[in-house]
Amino acid sequence: MSESERTASEQADFKRELTGVVPHLRAFARGLCGRADMADDLVQEALLKAWAAQERFQPGTSMRAWTFVILRNAYLTDMRRNRFRGEYDEGVAERILTAPAGQEEPIHLSDLHRALLTLPAERREALLLVGAGGFSYEEAANICGCAVGTIKSRVGRARAALNAMLSDGDIPQRSLDDDTAHRAILEELDEVAAGNGVASRS
Amino acid sequence: MMPDRFKTNDQASPAVRPGDKSEKDNPEWANGLRQLYDSVVEEPLPDTFKDLLSQLDAKA
Repeated sequence: MSESERTASEQADFKRELTGVVPHLRAFARGLCGRADMADDLVQEALLKAWAAQERFQPGTSMRAWTFVILRNAYLTDMRRNRFRGEYDEGVAERILTAPAGQEEPIHLSDLHRALLTLPAERREALLLVGAGGFSYEEAANICGCAVGTIKSRVGRARAALNAMLSDGDIPQRSLDDDTAHRAILEELDEVAAGNGVASRS
Repeated sequence: MMPDRFKTNDQASPAVRPGDKSEKDNPEWANGLRQLYDSVVEEPLPDTFKDLLSQLDAKA
């Protein structure tokens, strides 16, 4: 139970494995929240939580799956606090588009990225885990704490939505549920209506 | 960079290359999805992470 039960070598193993999954945590986080800076903040938060909870990690099991659960919980908590809204990060998509040469079809990754961010978070997450992270449906269900059938259904719906958006080229410009932006605009309007517009604020 | 032990149970490594025809069931964007993910995995780790990892031992 106590921290002293972990030997120094066990702790070193843990840290080595934790270090190894950081690139994957960054990729998963980027897919979840869509912005590189916020994603990296999230990963740092998850790393600290994982380190603090290392006694709960079963050596020999998948560090990637274990840390994804922690990352996901941190993301959901932040979502509830409205910190993240799937915002489209233009810079990331551009860099990806111009960086690696050699793929067969110059698929429009910026379109794909934008389309992904219009999906409901739980479908985007399921598709990321299975379609990008290479997890099985069972593993993804464990990470998300839901039934395998639920994951299959979410992945299926996500795929169908992406197929429709990408074949029609009909991708919304922004996340559909961007209430933060809407609320900000409404609040500004209220301010203006109350005579507290920008001009009178100085 | 990645421990071998992790690599063995990591199916996300680009074993299936973009354009691999064994992925014939998947639409075109499926490879793109993996590319988006892999491109982040392959990014060099920012110094902030190296710093954080090196500070962890002090927090044990």
